[in-house]
Amino acid sequence: MRASKFSVAILIATLCPALMYGGTISGKVTYTGTPVKQKPIDMSKEPSCAKQHNPPITTETVVTGPNNTLENVVVYISAGADDANAPAQAVTFTQKGCQYTPHVIAMHTGQELKVLNDDQTSHNIHPLAKVNREWNKSQPPGAPPIQDKFDQPEFISVKCNIHPWMHGWFAVLKTNHYAITADNGSFSLPNLPPGKYTVTAWHEDYGTQKQEITVTGNETKSVDFSFKAKAY
Amino acid sequence: MNNLKQAHFFSGIMSFVLAAGLTAVVAQDAPDVGPHPPTPAKAMESHVAHIVGHSKSATTDYRRYCAGCHGDLGDGNGENAIWLDPKPRDFTAAIFKCRSTMTGTLPTDEDLFNTIGRGLTNSNMPVWNTFTDHQRADLVAYIKTFSTRWEKEKAGEPINIPAETPVTIDSIAHGKYLFTKLECWKCHGPQGKGDGPSAATLTDSKDQPIRPYDFAAGGDDSRFKCGSTNQDIYRIFMTGLDGTPMPSFADTIQPADAWDLVHFLRTLQVNRHSRENEVLKAAGWNIPAYVEKPSAAPAGQSGNGAAGGN
Repeated sequence: MRASKFSVAILIATLCPALMYGGTISGKVTYTGTPVKQKPIDMSKEPSCAKQHNPPITTETVVTGPNNTLENVVVYISAGADDANAPAQAVTFTQKGCQYTPHVIAMHTGQELKVLNDDQTSHNIHPLAKVNREWNKSQPPGAPPIQDKFDQPEFISVKCNIHPWMHGWFAVLKTNHYAITADNGSFSLPNLPPGKYTVTAWHEDYGTQKQEITVTGNETKSVDFSFKAKAY
Repeated sequence: MNNLKQAHFFSGIMSFVLAAGLTAVVAQDAPDVGPHPPTPAKAMESHVAHIVGHSKSATTDYRRYCAGCHGDLGDGNGENAIWLDPKPRDFTAAIFKCRSTMTGTLPTDEDLFNTIGRGLTNSNMPVWNTFTDHQRADLVAYIKTFSTRWEKEKAGEPINIPAETPVTIDSIAHGKYLFTKLECWKCHGPQGKGDGPSAATLTDSKDQPIRPYDFAAGGDDSRFKCGSTNQDIYRIFMTGLDGTPMPSFADTIQPADAWDLVHFLRTLQVNRHSRENEVLKAAGWNIPAYVEKPSAAPAGQSGNGAAGGN
């Protein structure tokens, strides 16, 4: 009975975006302590990429913004709002200047992923999946996008073995309610129906944090996360 | 009152379990905490040509010949594993290098059967030609008990390997061009000696350092990890070696181009007699520079923003 009401609600929400729920969970992700200094990347072995970065870019394991804000944190509803349906549109992950842009992308299980190569060099895309199936494909310049999808929720580390400095993440989630923090550390999870939610924040180096939040109506609940910077 | 009841209930359960003995615990699918391997979750079969292998028939052979390295649990942590490099395969991940199937898919039973018979060059995995075909098929079935992937997924479709094109100096020249363009040399090195600029950074999917194949080493007996024929080379780079940095090129190389690459790779085996080296010798040991044919350009270049020049 409750389940059917819920699925009708989902149906309405899917069909008529104007009728979407007004509950929002938003906030900021910050860190305490001193994050490890990111190292400049030497791309001299790939001149076509090196010349695109002046000054050289650094590693992106920990990216911070002003006022101790933390970028590239995936904030998502890990319980309370499991969506069965993946959006029809694909998410894209671009290799440009021998760098993954964006560094972290999130997608729904079963959602189409497109990997593009905008470079003048060949790359290999190697998602080191443990739960999903690991694969490893070459993509020369001008090749069509590599398309794939992942069936199971997992944070998958992605590598290019030809250019070992290239590193990124696929966050495969069971929900469409997710956000990835920009340099101001802020996130917003809109369109939430009333309910009790677990909000999880994941950072590639600092791990995960969870908070329980109840949304009662057309309100914006504020939730902040603070990660402790690793000392090394 | 309620708590007291519960306590009685649990102590009753506990004494029952203790009385029933350890075997009962294992049978109840308890978490495997002890040093003894749990009996394989589900009996598996393998099908190689007309042979049907049964996992149960391989129990003795596996424990005697395989477990020392691959471990009783199939996780690659046998007692010899710490001394080995590369590390023994972890069957619980069900990720295999030598496959006839696309990257990300399970290998066929025949692929595993062939790997056991062939052994893996540059590793401690010997050529198991002492087994009968039936023993090997049984072991393939046994390996499949270590991961539930074999119950949930089907093996991939073997890739199609078309008839080989003639070995010519032009074919070798185009292969050399592809070797550069596809960045093979970044790991394998310009002369295929496994000393490319990225070689030192390579790790496998378990973060263990791994060496790219050195084509120049060895003589007439030189083998690749997954075979020694031209068809094997073709299959290796088209399917990729899963669990290693070697990607699949199936989506990016046309079959005729792939044979050109095979022919060039043969010439990197400088101490091995081959048709390719005969052709190269006849050409004065000189590989001419490949000139990109203008006819091939329009289709491939249409998506390239640099082509317009404005």
